[in-house]
Amino acid sequence: MKYAGLLVMPAGFFLAIAALVLFPAPALRGAFVVCGLLVEALGLVVAVRGHMEARGENPQ
Amino acid sequence: MNPLVPVNSGLAESTFALCLVLLVLAPLAIAGVALINTGLGRSRSAAQALLGSLLVVAVAAIVFALVGASFTGNPPGSPGGAGHILRIAGKSWNWIGAGPFLLGGLGSAPLESQMALIFELLAVALAALIPWGSGADRLKLSAGAAITAVLAAFAFPLIAHWTWTGGWLSQLGINFSLGAGFLDPGGAASIHVLGGLSALAIAWIAGSRRGKFPKEGFSTAMPGHNAVYVLFGCLLALVGWLAFNLAGAILWIHAPLAALPVTAINTIVSASAAVAATFLVTRIRFGKPDASLCANGWLTGLVASSAAAALVTPPQALFVGLVAGIATPLLVEVLELAVSIDDPSGALSVHGIGGLWGLIATGIFTAEPGQFVAQLVGVATLLGLVLPLVYLLFWVLNRWVPFRVDADGERVGMDLHELGGGAYPEFVIHRDDSYR
Repeated sequence: MKYAGLLVMPAGFFLAIAALVLFPAPALRGAFVVCGLLVEALGLVVAVRGHMEARGENPQ
Repeated sequence: MNPLVPVNSGLAESTFALCLVLLVLAPLAIAGVALINTGLGRSRSAAQALLGSLLVVAVAAIVFALVGASFTGNPPGSPGGAGHILRIAGKSWNWIGAGPFLLGGLGSAPLESQMALIFELLAVALAALIPWGSGADRLKLSAGAAITAVLAAFAFPLIAHWTWTGGWLSQLGINFSLGAGFLDPGGAASIHVLGGLSALAIAWIAGSRRGKFPKEGFSTAMPGHNAVYVLFGCLLALVGWLAFNLAGAILWIHAPLAALPVTAINTIVSASAAVAATFLVTRIRFGKPDASLCANGWLTGLVASSAAAALVTPPQALFVGLVAGIATPLLVEVLELAVSIDDPSGALSVHGIGGLWGLIATGIFTAEPGQFVAQLVGVATLLGLVLPLVYLLFWVLNRWVPFRVDADGERVGMDLHELGGGAYPEFVIHRDDSYR
């Protein structure tokens, strides 16, 4: 689950970059950059949940 | 190079002299953070923590000088400052520097490039110290050196190039009319957010200290062993931060001398507001102020000022510090109790989230159109690209150089296990109840 979350995060980054290239209008561009950040936040939450499930377990 | 032959530089002589003095003072930030990390760890790992800090600084400087400086590149306008450029959608994306390896041509480089290199050498050492603190009491010296080598050779140069030396983030203003491009004169992104996100990756990969998070019940409190180190480290760090913020303003946004006093005032105001806010929050929550959380609050105010100090007014810096100071104790508590992240130095809250807040606040308070979006794109890059990247790099590295000490080493303490002697040989170190 942690890895799934970490894989989702770059999708948010590419959404933010795509917004720069695709939308010249400042409002739309800003909105899509925020959407990219929200996708990243979603990925981070999934990764954190994955970490919490392993609570109390040490690698060794 | 003949030292008697002057080298052309964009810096005036007085600015050059001031910048050099500031860069000589900047290592005090490294000393401060090293002391804070040591004080927040356990007494049985204190010598290893501080020796590890020296090792981290040494490895960071050597690896960056040999390899990393090439990928960072030189400031725009200087020889060799172009970097590798991708052309996408009719725009140029300068994604990595193309300077010479092994500091080739340094002697004949302009003074500004040489100053920039000193700044970057110190910045990479500070960035690498941050995850070392979060891995306290369980990270081996070999792991600290290996992590630092990866940060100094690749991760730091990439972000430093993007933000400081003409990379694509700094060009957002030219390419997409987003204000002046991504602004980070004091290193909030390149130093602190990188360090904070690396700390998160290491806390995830290395796991928590044994006994910190039992399968059932609350987490075990493992307070720092020396509040005096921690608080003295905060005072040392202030001098170093002033140096970093002022030198960064000169080198990366070409601030005039007249703008520097306000930058210094903003740095002090931000840290002061943050520590006052943390003092009040902890006093209200716990009945008495908490020394280590107040230290974390002070440091978060400094970290947030790294992005904002050169670009905001003093009342705005006060607000930036207040928010940082209120959020820090709450974040430290949430990350430990609710999210089960064992981060003894609070690096994720202080450097990671504090740095992100500083970058966003800079966008909020800078009047230039599009600046806020430019800052958000920078934040999206750090979270969406840099965090997965450093996690992947460290995950692979951990297979090769295991980060974590074995169970016996953790039980006897890192000092005895790795160095054969403790930091405080005259004192009896009491066995605690965390190894059940």
